[in-house]
Amino acid sequence: MTSRRLAPYLFIAPFFALFLVFSLFPLVFSIYLSLQQWNPAEGLHTMHWVGLENYGYALTDPWFWDALYNTAWFALVAGVPQHLVALPLAFFIHRRFKRGRDLVVGAYFVPYITSSVAIALIFTTLYSKDYGLINAALAELTRIPFIGSPLASLTALKDGGGIDWLGDADVTRPAVAFVVFWRYLGWNLVLYLSGLQVIDKDLYEAATLDGATEWQQFWHVTLPLLKPMMFFAVTLTIIGNLQLFEEPFILVDGEKGVSSSVMTTAIFMYRTAFSDGDFGTASAMSWLMFVLIAALTWVNARLFGRDPRSRHGSR
Amino acid sequence: MPDLHLTRRSAARALLVAGAAAALPAAIPAAVAAAQVAPTRAPTSVLRVATFPDLDRAAIAAAPRWRALHPEVELKLLSMQYADHHLSMTTALATGSGLPDVMAIDLRYIGKFAGSGGFVDLNQAPFNASAHADDYVRYAMAQGVGPNGAQVAIPADIGPGTLIYRKDLLDKAGISEAEITRDWSSYLAAGERIRKTTGAYLMADAADLRDIALRQGLQDGEGLYFDAEGRVLVESARFRHAFELGRAARRAGLDARAIAWTNDWAAGFKQGRIATQMMGAWLVGQLRNWIAPQTAGLWRSAPLPGGVQAAYGGSFYAIPKKAANKTAAWDFIRLMTADAEVQLESLKVLDSFPAMRAVLRDPVMDEPIAFLGGQRARQLWRETAAHIPAIPVNRFDVLATTVIRDEFERVIARGKAITEALADARHLIERRARRR
Repeated sequence: MTSRRLAPYLFIAPFFALFLVFSLFPLVFSIYLSLQQWNPAEGLHTMHWVGLENYGYALTDPWFWDALYNTAWFALVAGVPQHLVALPLAFFIHRRFKRGRDLVVGAYFVPYITSSVAIALIFTTLYSKDYGLINAALAELTRIPFIGSPLASLTALKDGGGIDWLGDADVTRPAVAFVVFWRYLGWNLVLYLSGLQVIDKDLYEAATLDGATEWQQFWHVTLPLLKPMMFFAVTLTIIGNLQLFEEPFILVDGEKGVSSSVMTTAIFMYRTAFSDGDFGTASAMSWLMFVLIAALTWVNARLFGRDPRSRHGSR
Repeated sequence: MPDLHLTRRSAARALLVAGAAAALPAAIPAAVAAAQVAPTRAPTSVLRVATFPDLDRAAIAAAPRWRALHPEVELKLLSMQYADHHLSMTTALATGSGLPDVMAIDLRYIGKFAGSGGFVDLNQAPFNASAHADDYVRYAMAQGVGPNGAQVAIPADIGPGTLIYRKDLLDKAGISEAEITRDWSSYLAAGERIRKTTGAYLMADAADLRDIALRQGLQDGEGLYFDAEGRVLVESARFRHAFELGRAARRAGLDARAIAWTNDWAAGFKQGRIATQMMGAWLVGQLRNWIAPQTAGLWRSAPLPGGVQAAYGGSFYAIPKKAANKTAAWDFIRLMTADAEVQLESLKVLDSFPAMRAVLRDPVMDEPIAFLGGQRARQLWRETAAHIPAIPVNRFDVLATTVIRDEFERVIARGKAITEALADARHLIERRARRR
């Protein structure tokens, strides 16, 4: 009888053991670490209590604010277009594609499931100043009348050669933002498509009978009913963009001075911990970001009319 | 040892890095690619050496010799990519677990590790490294000294700085070697002629010029970014001059804006778009082996412009305090750093320049180098190595390098005033260094 009682606990124990070691412990340890000053190379015994000083230090560090600005910039420039394009695109695919829809959706989704390292390698080559396909294409376009002249003047501004996509502070951030947009567009497309599929077709038929145009159906039927999915998708985008790390980190070599123009808070945390050896401040920053993400998620919930305190998720 | 291109960690999630770091050391042995060298008879102990590419090739080449000398100690090499190795060693030091018996350290990290207090002072008995100090190039031995004067690391190879240049491009532009080495203004003026005549850039990146110029005039005991009392030196005339030179090069369009170890950088060498490169002597081996082998015979080596004597890279070995097999660890370090045969083998397999002084007198140093058109360049590099000042390292050197790099970018790309940039740099470095 005792062994029968214990059995369920034994079966579920591996999960709890793994959860404790790899999830809960790092979480609690990072809170503890955020209240300490510690250079890891000197060993655990060199930790000393500083209270909230790391938080104050992070909040008064100019690079932290630069990184936060870059992060917000990416969230807006790479994040907002993801939804502005994915939503109508999903509607269009949903309404117009009967056959081959999965193929089209799959094509958009491929970047999302592709290794970020592979993507970075491809885009590093495409963006190459001297040998990249993008600059080569721009050079060809300069030969075309009317659009050639403005393009030529643009490339002339960039040292007479090609545009230094990953080495010029003016264009590096947009170049990285484009990769982020391209990568996550498919993800949002799939989210919106799944949301569209559960909307009752009768509503569209009724709207059609009432003489509503496709635009009116999108505006008055689709958008209101997609609100829960939009809330979900935008929340994921907010969280994802505030944690943005891989694309700017891999695309722009940290050895370049220009890398500071794409230094997100996640990259800054990484640098602070592993390059500067200041794990305490890095942990404090991660908790500051946690608070920021939580606050923005709350704002997002309010904007979409979903009070997180409501049991039913809507008012 | 070359300052290898950093391997990027592709999926680090910074929110958990601090906590996760504590769990890393336990995973290290399983994660690394282990190269095990089987002894001839059953060993009674194991020597664990943590290293990184390409330095691991030197250890693999020396393994048979180790096996012959110490059949009772199994040599186990744990090699990880450059950045991963130093990161995992940091976390191993943090927790005191998963530490190897011998740790390879690149020059870039030596300041950070030397100040950690986690390594054996090799000047103490039974190692008595000070008694062997004359075995090594003086400046390199000084780089392995921690802030408390402890000798924490022994140099395995060094990188005397040199100016590698394309002789064919200079000939086409009618420029002599003397013109590009005399002083900075002569170097830049030659660059303008090269650009006009051949279309090639004088250098890969203006930052290269900044980095070498800010080492100009350093004397023994003077720090690069910090003085002996830890004061930040970045507002000195040395830094102003270096920034001005870098800015002048950029404004004149003399640099290809290609950061070292990028595709554009390598392609620039392959296609003859870059006429000169200031770097460690080991670059010749890199050019010959993979960057631009088809340009063999076109390159030459010269002293750095303006009489600068500087070091570019270098590799070290150290023994963690918690190493289990310290005696064998010291024997291994001596084998890798003070055995003429092993040092010459490293030169052969890696093109790494020996840190051992006796090897610098070997006839191989007088041999012509085919890649450099038969130039006996090792003689020049040996001469340079003898004159490089012994500059102490600081645990915040990497941090200061990052700050300077960032401010320099603001100067050349965004027009920030140099005085303001250096004042900001000093403030940022002091702010970070003061807390720890």
